[in-house]
Amino acid sequence: MADATLRIFRGDKEGGQAVDYKVPLTPGMVVLDAVHSIQAHQAPDLAVRWNCKAAKCGSCSAEVNGKPRLMCKTRMDSLPLDQPIIVYPMKAFPIIKDLVTDVSWNYKVNKKIPAFKARAGASWKFYQSDVDRVQEFRKCIECFLCQNVCHVLREHDKKDVFAGPRFFVRTAGLEMHPMDGVNRIPLLKEQLGIGYCNITKCCTEVCPEEIHITDNAIIPLKERVVDQFYDPLTMIVRKISGAK
Amino acid sequence: MTSKYETHEHDVLIIGAGGAGLRAAIEALAQGARVAVVCKSLLGKAHTVMAEGGLAAAMANVDKADDWRTHFRDTMRGGKLLNNWRMAQLHAQEAPDRVRELEQWGALFDRTENGEILQRAFGGHTFKRLCHVGDRTGLEMIRTLQDRGVEMGFDVFMECTITRLLKDGDRVSGAFGYWRESGNFVTFKAKSVVIATGGIGKSWKITSNSWECTGDGMALAYEAGAELLDMEFVQFHPTGMVWPPGVQGLLVTEAVRGEGGILRNKNGERFMEKYDPKRMELSTRDVVARSIYTEVKEGRGTPHGGAFLDISQKPAEYVKRKLPSMYHQFKELADVDITKGPMEVGPTCHYVMGGIRVDAETGQSSVPGLFAAGEAAGGLHGANRLGGNSLSDLLVFGRRAGLSAAEQAKKTAAAALDDALIQDAERQALAPFERAGGENPYTIHHDLQEIMQNLVGIFRTDEDLRKALVEIEKLKERVKKTHVEGTRLFNSGWHLSLDLQRMLTVSEACTHAALARKESRGAHSRLDFPKTEDEWGKKNHVIVKKGDAMSLFEVPKPDLPADLQQILAEDK
Repeated sequence: MADATLRIFRGDKEGGQAVDYKVPLTPGMVVLDAVHSIQAHQAPDLAVRWNCKAAKCGSCSAEVNGKPRLMCKTRMDSLPLDQPIIVYPMKAFPIIKDLVTDVSWNYKVNKKIPAFKARAGASWKFYQSDVDRVQEFRKCIECFLCQNVCHVLREHDKKDVFAGPRFFVRTAGLEMHPMDGVNRIPLLKEQLGIGYCNITKCCTEVCPEEIHITDNAIIPLKERVVDQFYDPLTMIVRKISGAK
Repeated sequence: MTSKYETHEHDVLIIGAGGAGLRAAIEALAQGARVAVVCKSLLGKAHTVMAEGGLAAAMANVDKADDWRTHFRDTMRGGKLLNNWRMAQLHAQEAPDRVRELEQWGALFDRTENGEILQRAFGGHTFKRLCHVGDRTGLEMIRTLQDRGVEMGFDVFMECTITRLLKDGDRVSGAFGYWRESGNFVTFKAKSVVIATGGIGKSWKITSNSWECTGDGMALAYEAGAELLDMEFVQFHPTGMVWPPGVQGLLVTEAVRGEGGILRNKNGERFMEKYDPKRMELSTRDVVARSIYTEVKEGRGTPHGGAFLDISQKPAEYVKRKLPSMYHQFKELADVDITKGPMEVGPTCHYVMGGIRVDAETGQSSVPGLFAAGEAAGGLHGANRLGGNSLSDLLVFGRRAGLSAAEQAKKTAAAALDDALIQDAERQALAPFERAGGENPYTIHHDLQEIMQNLVGIFRTDEDLRKALVEIEKLKERVKKTHVEGTRLFNSGWHLSLDLQRMLTVSEACTHAALARKESRGAHSRLDFPKTEDEWGKKNHVIVKKGDAMSLFEVPKPDLPADLQQILAEDK
């Protein structure tokens, strides 16, 4: 088979540039295979995150020809091979080196969300129909591609006030868990900034697990925020009774 | 005097953040200990995340006749009775509680029609026993444990690799490592240390294991004076992908067979009829792996050198619901629609039954202050592990190790870190930068994988194993001369050059033990000693460091108490 050219960002927070590498193609090759081949034969210090190489761990997120992808799932033969394949790190996070970015912000946001806590007197009998909806959210592999592509984070850098799609998915999984007893709706409104999302569905488009992030997680959560805080009738009752 | 380095002090240091490490951390936190978890990858990406088929526990939700006794018997028989009986007993007895606990921490398993946790069939298990979430059970487990641990408040040190255990006299007092990101060094001071670093598969060419599985914990413990048990027993999972080349070895869950998948050779023969007519595709992994290997070797393999595995007789919707990641994996990576036609599969290095020798109740190793759990520890699985028994192992013995490590920490004063050891560890870590003209570590890794694949594989001989030991010696010399380019900032080549040292230690241990065991048992198949011998069933292998050399000796297997003997004798 022929060669392909990968144009990979090499550099760190001080700066850097794209470097071209020629890689011999093999059948069924994915972009991560090509990056590994470059490490082994041309640039041993090339930095890339990866673990499972099977789209189960969500480590090898990058931007391939401008599109946020898992490199382990992106087939070389799905890309135009007559021109260089451009591989860049995720743009929404600070660069560490080459294809590796600093995603630690995500772990900080995650800490704000109270974990599952069973409601009092929960009976542990529940049915597949009760869990189907939540199991969709539990598929998330934390690749952070949804965070990377969300314009609130990518273009507007609202990391201090907005949690991003990944954490709405997690919160939805908790709020819709049949046994959970915690109310995270005030948190969604006040600390996770769900109001900033204007449902452009960019996150849904890039999700490698095909989670319907916007339709199934974010919109229902937005509705719950509205019900709890902006329902006119409840607002009047609240005003009269003086309750918060 | 360790002010030169970034130092963190805790009661309990846990190395590894897969299922065992996280479960240990949760238990140690519950005991009031201050806990550090150090992991080579980001939190939540450990190899546990790749576990697919399920978690074995005798809940008896589907098959009412199941109980811990049957699970114990299945585990012992699957392990060809070489298992530590007490571990097998504790494992079978405690697994159901560990599953319920996971559920109470928010895990959502697939459900039965009457609202309980659903269980599926798996090889070697008498009853439907594997609690599961489609084919992504490991992800569910790791996310549940991760969320629980974060909420309880462990300190996590991500993308940090430990290269040395530090000792104060006889006892372990901490660890030395580097941040993968910056390349800076860091030391951890702790009253007790739990090793939960998983397996060793990255020494083989065809493996289901991720880059992390380089035997770190076993090598670190060995260097610190701990004993390694039964290292010859390496499991080759019967079904890894064989095509295309980039995904060779990638796991195809046993759940495919659990859900009714059928194995055939290129002539369309259902060959398991020949090898295990009673259990067929759901025979134990050692048997199925050897059967596929033999079919291929004798010329009845598929175009890419494997066997056909077919689930397409089941309704497409069912396959997509029960095996979603298999469906996507084959569709996207191999252009195969598994609802319409067969997969091509072949054996892949998957798991090591051997590991650090520990006390069954506490996970305590032979070195004071050092504990181990999960794949890094040996004993539970004997000569062959049953599918589904790993995830339950992580929970049962992760909890026990965390508990014991916390109790140990309560009765111990903080130990000191030895500056001389730290300086030596630093010297060793930096050496690859200082050498000129040495070899690229990737070449050495490639050669090691070829050697282990070809000479220490499914079928072994005296000649091959001796040759492997000679080759490993040569690699040890070559590793001493590796050279890495670039800076310490996230330098993959440097990381590999350090990982290689530990890979070589565990590869050597495995080969020594395989050479010494002159019989075939479970996953250890000797062409020159094809029979399972009663005499060999009475002893385990222990490897320990003597001076600079590896010393191997036999220890008698503990006697089985009468009540357990009776359980084993019952025929079900």
